[in-house]
Amino acid sequence: MSALDDVLARWEVVIGLEVHVQLATATKAFSASAAGYGAPPNTQTDPTVLGLPGSLPVFNLRALELALRLGLATGSTIRRRSRFARKHYFYPDQPKGYQISQYDEPLCADGGVEIVVGSERRRVPLTRIHLEEDAGKNLHGAGHTSGVDLNRAGVPLCEVVTEPAIRSAEEAAEYMRALHLLVRYLGISEADMEKGQMRCDANVSLRPRGATALGTRTELKNINSFRFVHRAIEHEILRQARILDGGGAITQETRLWDGAAGTSQSLRGKEEALDYRYFPDPDLPPLVVTDELLERVRAALPELPMARFDRFVAELGLPPDDARTLVGDRALADWFEAAVAARGGSARAVANWTLTELLGSLDGRPLADAKVTPVHLGALVKLVDDAVISGKIAKEVLATMAQTGEAPDAIVERAGLRQISDVGAIEALARQVVDANPSQVAHYRAGKLGVLGFLVGQLLKASGGKANPALASELLEKLLGSD
Amino acid sequence: MIDVFESAATMARRVRGKEISARELTTAHLERIAADQLGAFVHVDAAGALARADEIDAMIARGDNAGPLAGVPVAIKDMLVTRGMPTTASSKILAGWVPPYDGTAVARLRAHGAVIVGKVSCDEFAMGSSNENACGGPVKNPWDPTRVPGGSSGGSAAAVAGGLSAFSLGTDTGGSIRQPAAFCGVVGLKPTYGRVSRYGVIAFASSLDQVGPLARTVEDAAIVTEAIAGHDPLDATTIAEHAPRLTRDLETPLRGLRIGLPAEYFLPDTDPEVTAAVERAIAILRDDGCEPVPISLPHTRYALPAYYVIAPAEASSNLARYDGVRYGLRVGDRKATLLDLYRKTRGAGFGPEVKRRIMLGTFALRSGYYDAYYKKAQQVRALIARDFTEAFATCDVVVSPTTPTAAFPIGARATPIEMYLGDVFTLACNLAGLPGVSVPCGFTAGGLPIGVQLLGRPLDEATILRAARGVERGAGVVGRHP
Repeated sequence: MSALDDVLARWEVVIGLEVHVQLATATKAFSASAAGYGAPPNTQTDPTVLGLPGSLPVFNLRALELALRLGLATGSTIRRRSRFARKHYFYPDQPKGYQISQYDEPLCADGGVEIVVGSERRRVPLTRIHLEEDAGKNLHGAGHTSGVDLNRAGVPLCEVVTEPAIRSAEEAAEYMRALHLLVRYLGISEADMEKGQMRCDANVSLRPRGATALGTRTELKNINSFRFVHRAIEHEILRQARILDGGGAITQETRLWDGAAGTSQSLRGKEEALDYRYFPDPDLPPLVVTDELLERVRAALPELPMARFDRFVAELGLPPDDARTLVGDRALADWFEAAVAARGGSARAVANWTLTELLGSLDGRPLADAKVTPVHLGALVKLVDDAVISGKIAKEVLATMAQTGEAPDAIVERAGLRQISDVGAIEALARQVVDANPSQVAHYRAGKLGVLGFLVGQLLKASGGKANPALASELLEKLLGSD
Repeated sequence: MIDVFESAATMARRVRGKEISARELTTAHLERIAADQLGAFVHVDAAGALARADEIDAMIARGDNAGPLAGVPVAIKDMLVTRGMPTTASSKILAGWVPPYDGTAVARLRAHGAVIVGKVSCDEFAMGSSNENACGGPVKNPWDPTRVPGGSSGGSAAAVAGGLSAFSLGTDTGGSIRQPAAFCGVVGLKPTYGRVSRYGVIAFASSLDQVGPLARTVEDAAIVTEAIAGHDPLDATTIAEHAPRLTRDLETPLRGLRIGLPAEYFLPDTDPEVTAAVERAIAILRDDGCEPVPISLPHTRYALPAYYVIAPAEASSNLARYDGVRYGLRVGDRKATLLDLYRKTRGAGFGPEVKRRIMLGTFALRSGYYDAYYKKAQQVRALIARDFTEAFATCDVVVSPTTPTAAFPIGARATPIEMYLGDVFTLACNLAGLPGVSVPCGFTAGGLPIGVQLLGRPLDEATILRAARGVERGAGVVGRHP
């Protein structure tokens, strides 16, 4: 029994996650300043982003549209009239001394995100999704110098808050993957954790198995990769269990996860908890969601990942693993569906060719770089299915397609790769093989039927790989049996 | 021949008619400013003003339309940011800050031909009623240099009354345009909340702040408001309407206009000279055919306490940005901790009244107290607004004194409460978001100006200005100057 299993036998884990997702708008949440990633420090600013005296926020309605996509996709109740509130704290990355957020009137409530844990599917309930603005970044230089880069300040965020309903580190990691996939499907964020476009804070507590009251929780901040979601939470579970098992009590506090060290340290305790002094932002009128806007966003929602997975398995007959892999990358799944559409017929083979041969030919490069088009892949699979070429030849043809972008038919015709399915021609080759391999033939006839495979291989080789393998096997068997 | 006490309308007409040049007009004002003893100006932009005056003259020479304020010298309250011109809100904490942008009202004034001669003093962050809270010291009232000009737009009122600028832009959060206008004998208009963009106005209390003119005549106030008002995509709280037509109807007869006289605004402790002057103004309106209507605004007495929750709460938030990190004052050496930097900078940068209000506001917004203070004050505010809605069912204009007294001596009001009580007649207008104007209606025996306040329905600046014009015509105070 591992240390964790031992802990979990006695303690029930309660986890709630607060995930910040940057919305991929061209401009910032409250001004017309550009909102891209990676520009030189403080070049994506204006009086409002800098918090200059006299500047005012005006809400970017594009951010509302993106947030509504997430709200609708999670089945949330959309508040038709929500409000922005000011959340006050002093820090150099926060140029106004407050962050514009939403407090008691958030945009969305009571949604959920579907996840799969093992073979079980469940819905992680969401307390709320609200809109807010990102802070800048403090940069610490040599000696006593520190700088602040406000490019990120004012980038729109959705904060997605779960109920304390997650029961393990695995589930937390799975929830993060599901949410990540969802926001990418919705086209609302790149959600690259390395770039801070998706960030996670975790509230973790333990309670004795069977207890209903929640234990004292700690909040873990700075969990900035998928790997760390799992590791940081597991580390916190063990840390709390060690204290509780030793007869101690958990201190309510905020802890900072250090990914490199694999540990966390206390950032501030309950006594130092900040009083944010929320109040409705008087610079911003209530945020109103009209019927027209809501219907427009709803109508444009794409098929969601979980629904697509179900369809791939139920309607296209894909193995769940293949379906999961394809659905896990919206562009790849779209590509696959285009190939299926081009080909007609069964999708299993197309999935197989997409996942093994196409991705193999890319060797890690992005799908957008592929010279093979979905239509061409569909056509290639059809050539195999129709026995125009063998699977082996098809792989060679795909290699050429990947280099030149040509249609498979053109490659097959030019190189004369069309499969030989002419009975007379294959019978002639079969005779040659039988004549050239007397000892193997003798073994076969003595009952070692496995030798047939060798003889078929010889025949295919003699045909330059073009002989129809099924026909070759059938004719060889007949020839060997008849003499 | 330059007369610096002419109206802005007259000055612009003469400049456009090439009777005088914008340069001559600007030079005359710059000379007076240089010799000034009132202490109204905190920054003079002589070079910029002359350059702009020359542009206006060139436009006129070419036959171009130089605008309704062509060549007219204007002084801007230091609460409005001006591109390339220091802007401090009369606070040490903004020492040396030069904004990289113009606020919307300032930009619109420039586009209408006005020549900005400089920035004028005010109470620090517009918090005050006497201009004594300015970091540069008090401004003197042009009618009596031992007295305050009022506040917070005290520099604006003094500049206009003292012949240092033809008009001025002020801001009004609880009376900061109307009260100094009354103290200095000029016209001051606070437009409807949302009428004029707050973009580029240093925020004091965002839900109350509004920009407006201080001017020598009602017509000038109307011209300036037409220039600066109207929807602004940079301020989400502006009303989605075009600028109002205000000058057109100024001389329309007042016959039939119902003037509401609120019992709660005519108090025994108001100075008798003020009461008498306001009664004369009411008589003028009645003689013009207006019908006096007794009205009641029962929640008036809650305006002051509600205001002193809402305004400090919003101020405590708006002033959080002055932290010494990005602009303005920074106190603390390179080894100072962040907390030290904040404490020392804010400790040294803000004056006592500003600190008092930040503390009041921070207290009111504490977790767990929001409902008891800010939310309750907002509910009171809604009741005050409802009082006016009901009153405007039976009248068209609400008339009251602007202030309980004429200008008081510098240093006379020693405690904050004494000072706050001087604003009892002007606060409700901001809480209800209504337009309000103060227009001179007489003088005390000692020669101090007295103002009468006219409040109107939301967006109905036209009617209160028309009534103010009636008072102006009848009172015969235009042209009288210190």
